[in-house]
Amino acid sequence: MSEQPPQRVRVTGPPRRRADVVRPVGTREIDAETALGEVFMRSLLREQLFLALRVLAALGLTLGMLPLLFHLFPSLGDERVGQMPLAWLLLGVLAYPWLVVLGWFYIRRAEDHERDFADLVGSVGSDEAPS
Amino acid sequence: MSTDVVPGVVAVVLVSLATLVIGTWGLRISRTTSDFFVASRTVRPRLNASAIGGEYLSAASFLGVAGLLLTFGAEMLWYPIGWTAGYLVLLVLVAAPLRRSGAYTLPDFAEARLGSRGVRKLCSVLVVGIGWLYLLPQFQGAGVTLRSTIGAPTWAGSLVVAVVVLASVSPGGMRSITFVQAFQYWLKLTALLVPVFVLLAVWLADGAADPTAAAPPSWSIPLASPGGGIGLYTTYSLIVATFLGTMGLPHVVVRFYTNPDGRAARRTTLAVLGLLGIFYVLPPVYAALGRIYAPELAGGRSDVLVLELPSLMVGGALGAVLTGLVTAGAFAAFLSTSSGLTIAVAGVLSQDVTGRRWGSFRLGGVAAFRVAAAIAVVVPLLLSLPAQDVGVARTVGLAFAVTASTFAPLLMLGIWWRGLTPAGAVAGLLVGGLGSGFAVAWTLATSPSDGWASAMLGQPAAWSVPASFLTMVVVSRLTRASVPAHAGRFMVRLHTPEAVELQR
Repeated sequence: MSEQPPQRVRVTGPPRRRADVVRPVGTREIDAETALGEVFMRSLLREQLFLALRVLAALGLTLGMLPLLFHLFPSLGDERVGQMPLAWLLLGVLAYPWLVVLGWFYIRRAEDHERDFADLVGSVGSDEAPS
Repeated sequence: MSTDVVPGVVAVVLVSLATLVIGTWGLRISRTTSDFFVASRTVRPRLNASAIGGEYLSAASFLGVAGLLLTFGAEMLWYPIGWTAGYLVLLVLVAAPLRRSGAYTLPDFAEARLGSRGVRKLCSVLVVGIGWLYLLPQFQGAGVTLRSTIGAPTWAGSLVVAVVVLASVSPGGMRSITFVQAFQYWLKLTALLVPVFVLLAVWLADGAADPTAAAPPSWSIPLASPGGGIGLYTTYSLIVATFLGTMGLPHVVVRFYTNPDGRAARRTTLAVLGLLGIFYVLPPVYAALGRIYAPELAGGRSDVLVLELPSLMVGGALGAVLTGLVTAGAFAAFLSTSSGLTIAVAGVLSQDVTGRRWGSFRLGGVAAFRVAAAIAVVVPLLLSLPAQDVGVARTVGLAFAVTASTFAPLLMLGIWWRGLTPAGAVAGLLVGGLGSGFAVAWTLATSPSDGWASAMLGQPAAWSVPASFLTMVVVSRLTRASVPAHAGRFMVRLHTPEAVELQR
């Protein structure tokens, strides 16, 4: 019963992160904070901010206009849809699906922008290193 | 004490027990300091959205909204809409960058973005102040609920909530409370939804009377009383406060750090929008039915409408079961919101107060958190005992005005504008915080009156939010030499998707 234990072998995985040399030029430009990297960042920020402002404008022009409308046209208070007063239908029920639709639209577009950004900085001037 | 208190007692005991059991179960998988504060950032969007919904739907939503709608009508629909739309504003401006900033709490974000200890300290003070302002009505509401359903003295309800919150928060921290909160969202939804079906069936069987027949004409106009210019101002000011205030609530913000990444933070927010929308359709039904079956409550006891309507419309055993259900939901509302706030306040206190070195003595991370949680609960509990008569929804609304005037500008400018400086942030926080804080103190201390001055102090957001924004921008431009050197790199961290390999 003096069997030798098997020789220990060091087990290693492939490196998690590729070396800096093969990284796309776009990300290197951003990390080095060059003028080109600055352009990439500014365009991403502007697109995302304009998207956010568009969604907020849509919110303001719909829900946000309701107090003003009811102020200017008080007779809207007597309007009914079926049995329900118009104000209760708009504010108590329809507002919520509208908010979800706006949020869903925003997420789709925001993720599109991020995918475009990833493609852009991942491809511009890439050295096409073998992987 | 008689037999009609039984459903209330059973409901309160069951909800408290369920909260403690789920909290203890979470304890088994809660081991590290990171588990304590942010559940190790591994909470998936659906669970997280339920937890946010559970934490967010406070007594003001569960009891207050239906009561206000019963008394004042459509103008009060702006509260639930604002509390939901606040998440849309949060989604488009803050959600993903806030998660990507990688900070634990609001003061952490401020320090990381601006590199200033001073801004951090000011933010810590604000988080604790807003947390306590928000906890106060939760404890008071619990007292009112227990008095209404089982005839207990008002301090008893506050004490029960405080003890259960402390017992469920201290052992397991954020990890265990995530499950508790998620459970409580679905409990609250069930507690409003199931009675609605029964009550609507009773209403149809009674001949489907028109709720607006007995109501004043202003009941169908979504403008604040007394209408005219002041009504328009108050309505828009409430919209500003609720739309922008949500993003700065300490207990909401802290939950965003538990998302795995920015993309998950966005999806969580969208799910929250859906969950809140489903919930907020229900209180108006109670208010409309209350106009027919319980118009006398509109006089001054409107907060108990949701609790008493089932027994008024349906008698016997079914009525008792439904009463027990809504009582359970109300109690869950107090517990979940108080727990979330306690976590947020304790998180800040443990980092900046109890976790610091005191002489040669220093508490470890988890011990410091537990001491901080005790402080976070005891102070508002003591404050709530002498004054039991502040309107629940009113105080919560004021807390929104304060966050909208302080943290909303800080987050929005901090995330989207490189030019923000520490001096600008401090000046803006002071202007917004002192302005809205003075208005809150004035409104709570004096009796409401008519006129512009009272309207502007009672609903300050429409002037205090722009004032805070303007101060931050102007002072930042004046001190532009002190824009943090790492602002550009921090923008990269906030806005680039995690999939892109960058130094962050």
